[in-house]
Amino acid sequence: MIRRAVGFFDDRIGVAPGARKLLRYVFPDHWSFLLGEIALNSFLVLVGTGIFLTFYYSPSDAQTVYNGAYEPLRGLSMTEAYWSTLNLSLDVPAGLLMRQTHHWAANLMIVAITVHLLRILLTGAFRRPREINYVVGVTLLALTVLEGFAGYSLPDDLLSGMGLVIAYGVAMSIPLLGGDLSFLIWGGEFPGSAEFFPRLYIVHVLLVPVAIAGLIGAHLAMIARQHHTQFRGRIATERNVVGYPLWPGYALKSGGLLLVTAAVLFLLGGLVQINPIWQWGPYEPYLSTNGAQPDWYLGWLLGGLRLMPALEVQLGSWTLVPNPFWGGLAFPTLVFLTMYAWPWIDRRWLGDNRRHELLDLPRDNPRRTAIVMSYFSWVLVVFVAGSIDRLYFRSTIPYEAQIWFLRIAVFVVPVLTYFAAKRLCEELRDRERHPLRGWNGKVVRRTPAGGFETLELDEGVPAVDGGNGRPGAPSEEQEAGAGTGGR
Amino acid sequence: MSPPPSGSPQGEAETHEFDAGPNRRAENLILLALGGASLAAVCFAVLFVALPDTQLLGIALGGSFALLGLAAVLAGKKVVPQEIAVEERTDFGDEQVQEEVAEIVSGGGAGVSRRKLLIGAAGATGATVGASALVPAAALGPAVGEIVAQTPWSRGRRVVDSQDRPVTAEDVTVGTFITGFPEGASRRELGSSIVLVKIPPNELEIPARLRAVAPEGVLAFSKICPHAGCAIGIYRHPLFEPTSERPALVCPCHYSTFDVRRGGTLEFGPAGRDLPQLPLMLNAERELVASGEFLEQIGPSYRGIRQ
Repeated sequence: MIRRAVGFFDDRIGVAPGARKLLRYVFPDHWSFLLGEIALNSFLVLVGTGIFLTFYYSPSDAQTVYNGAYEPLRGLSMTEAYWSTLNLSLDVPAGLLMRQTHHWAANLMIVAITVHLLRILLTGAFRRPREINYVVGVTLLALTVLEGFAGYSLPDDLLSGMGLVIAYGVAMSIPLLGGDLSFLIWGGEFPGSAEFFPRLYIVHVLLVPVAIAGLIGAHLAMIARQHHTQFRGRIATERNVVGYPLWPGYALKSGGLLLVTAAVLFLLGGLVQINPIWQWGPYEPYLSTNGAQPDWYLGWLLGGLRLMPALEVQLGSWTLVPNPFWGGLAFPTLVFLTMYAWPWIDRRWLGDNRRHELLDLPRDNPRRTAIVMSYFSWVLVVFVAGSIDRLYFRSTIPYEAQIWFLRIAVFVVPVLTYFAAKRLCEELRDRERHPLRGWNGKVVRRTPAGGFETLELDEGVPAVDGGNGRPGAPSEEQEAGAGTGGR
Repeated sequence: MSPPPSGSPQGEAETHEFDAGPNRRAENLILLALGGASLAAVCFAVLFVALPDTQLLGIALGGSFALLGLAAVLAGKKVVPQEIAVEERTDFGDEQVQEEVAEIVSGGGAGVSRRKLLIGAAGATGATVGASALVPAAALGPAVGEIVAQTPWSRGRRVVDSQDRPVTAEDVTVGTFITGFPEGASRRELGSSIVLVKIPPNELEIPARLRAVAPEGVLAFSKICPHAGCAIGIYRHPLFEPTSERPALVCPCHYSTFDVRRGGTLEFGPAGRDLPQLPLMLNAERELVASGEFLEQIGPSYRGIRQ
C-alpha cells in the first residue's frame, strides 16, 4: 500500500529522493531546541481558532443595541465590532473557548519566541552561517507583537479602545509625518472613519498572518538547508550533525508536542479566564479606566511611555518631536535595530568570523552572556515600569517614587547585570570545566591503605580535536572521571 | 543508550539503533490513551450540542488533545525503533560556482552598448512607478490640515452631561468631577468631551484672565490627555490638607498629572503640554456655557500643535 502510494507520486512528480532525505533528516536533541517548536505550534492553534472567530466577528463601527445573554449590558448602544465579539463569547457554543484559547495562544507564542531568542543569543546560534535566519526570526518577533496588538484591538471594548488611542497618539508623534500618516491609517481623526475597523481586521487576519506564515516557511527551510546547530558532544563536531532522524521517533515526539501545546492552550482557554470584555464595556473616546494593562508583550512599550520625562522638542511654534515618540517609537526601534545588528556586533566585539555549527554554553562565553543579559535587563526594567500602577495598589509605594527609582534603574541595572552575569559565568566555567573542552581538574582514587592517589589521565590518551581548533583533549576516561555527561 | 560508533563514511548518514524491541506495557498505555482521547472527543461533541459550557468544553477538547499527545510521545519514545544518526554536514560556498554565477549574470549584459544608461533609465522608471503608487495611498485618509484644531465648542454652546441634561454651576461640587459634552454634537470626537471640576475661587492660582473664564471656580478642561489621547479618568482630590497632595486630574494610561489649582499645568508624568482649558460662563439659568473655543489645541501632540 505504502509502496504503491510512493510509486504513484514519485512516478509523476518525483518525490522519492526528497522524501528519503526528509525522513532521514537528523534533529539534534536538547530541550531548548523545542522553544521555537512551541511558538510554531501556538501559531497553528492561532490559525485554527482564528478561523472559527472570523465566522462570527464583524469589523464594523456601526452602532447597534445589545440584547444578548449578558444582562448588565442589555439596552446599551455599541459598535457591531463589540456586539459581535460579545455575541461570539456569550451566545455562540464554544465561542468563548475559542476566543480565550486564541488569546492564550497569542500570549504563549510570543513568550516562546522571546525565550527562543534568548536561547539563540546566549548560545551564539546567530553566528555565521546563520545570520540570515536570525534576521528572519527577529522579524517574526516584531510581526507577532504587531499581530497581537491588532488582535486585541478588534473587539472594540474599553481596553482595546484605550490601546488604539495610545497607538494613535504614538503614530501622531512621528516627527513631521505623524499627523498625516495617522490620518491615512485611521481615515481621519481618531476614532477614525468607518473604514478603520475593516482595515485593522484585514491586517490582522490576512496581511500579517500571511507574512508570518511565509517567514516561518523561510525560517524552517533555511534550518533544513543548514541543518541544526548542536551542543558539543563526544561525537558532535563542527563537521557533522548528531541526533534523531525525523522518522519515526522524532516525528511522533514532535507531533506529540504539538498536541500537548494545543491541549494546554485549550485547557487554559476553557478554565482560565482571559480578557473578559463584557466586564470592560464598550469603548468611547471619553471613557477610560484605572489600572488597565495590555497583553504582557506590550508592557515594555507602555513602560517606555511612562518612564519618559515630559520632554518635547519645539522649533519655533512647531512641535518637532512630541513626547510619545521617545517611549513609543524611538525606544522599540532602538531595541529592534540592536537585535537585528547583533550578529555583526558580536562578530566585531569578539573578533570571531568563523563558521560555527557547535553552540556555546552560556558560561563558555562570559562576555557575550554578560552583554546579552545586560541588554535584556535594560528592556526588563522598562517592562516593569509598564505595571507599577498595579504595584502601587498592592504596595502603596507612591507611583511617582517608583517612576524615579526606575528612571535611575534603567541606567544602573544593566551595568550591574553585566558584571554579575560575567562573574557568574566565569565562576561556573572555572569550577566545572567541561570535560570535553580541556577539563583541568584531577581525579583521585582511594587506595586500599586508606590514602589517596592522583590518577594520571592525560598520558597515552589520543587527543580528539573538537573540530574548531580548540585545544581540547577529550577522552572517555576523563569524562568518566569527571562524572559529568558530555552530550 | 549506547553511543554510536564514530567515523562514518563521507556524505552518508550513519545510524545506530538501540532499545529496539516490543514494549507491551507502553503499547497498552497508548491504546488506553487513544481510547480516552476518542472518548473525550465524543464528550466534546455531545457537550457542544447539549450543554455548551466553556469549562466543560475546554476540559473535553484539551483532554482529548492531551491524551493524543501522550500517545504520540509514548509511541515516539517507547515503541518505535530508537536510533541516533550521525550525518556529515554539506559544505556551501564553492568559490568556483560563485564565480560562474557572477559571470552568467554579468554576461547577460555583454555586448550591450550604453549599458549604464539603460540600467539608469530602468531604475529611474521603477522609482517613478513606485512614487505614482503613493498617490492612491494618500487617498486613504484626509490631510491633517485644520481638522485636529476644530472642535464642536464655540461661544454660547451649552454643556450637557452624559444624560444630555444641561449642567448648572451647582451640579459641579468640590472634590468630584463631571464629564461634560457640547450640546447637540457628536461625543465620539476627540474635541467633544470635557472634565468639569470646582475649586473654591480663593484657592485658584491662575491669572485673572483665566479666573474670568472659570465662573464661581468651575474649571473645564479637555478630557483628552495631550500626551497620547487617553481620557482623563482620575481626579486626585486631597482629604487631609495641607499635608496631602494638591488636587489633580490624572490620565490612567501614563499617569500624566495636571495641577487643577494652577489651571491644569503639568505636575508629573510624560505629557509635553498642559491640559487645554475650555473657557466657561454662566447663562441666565446658571447653566454652564462655553465662552469660546479651547484656549490651547486639544489631543495628542503632533507637528502642527501650536503652543
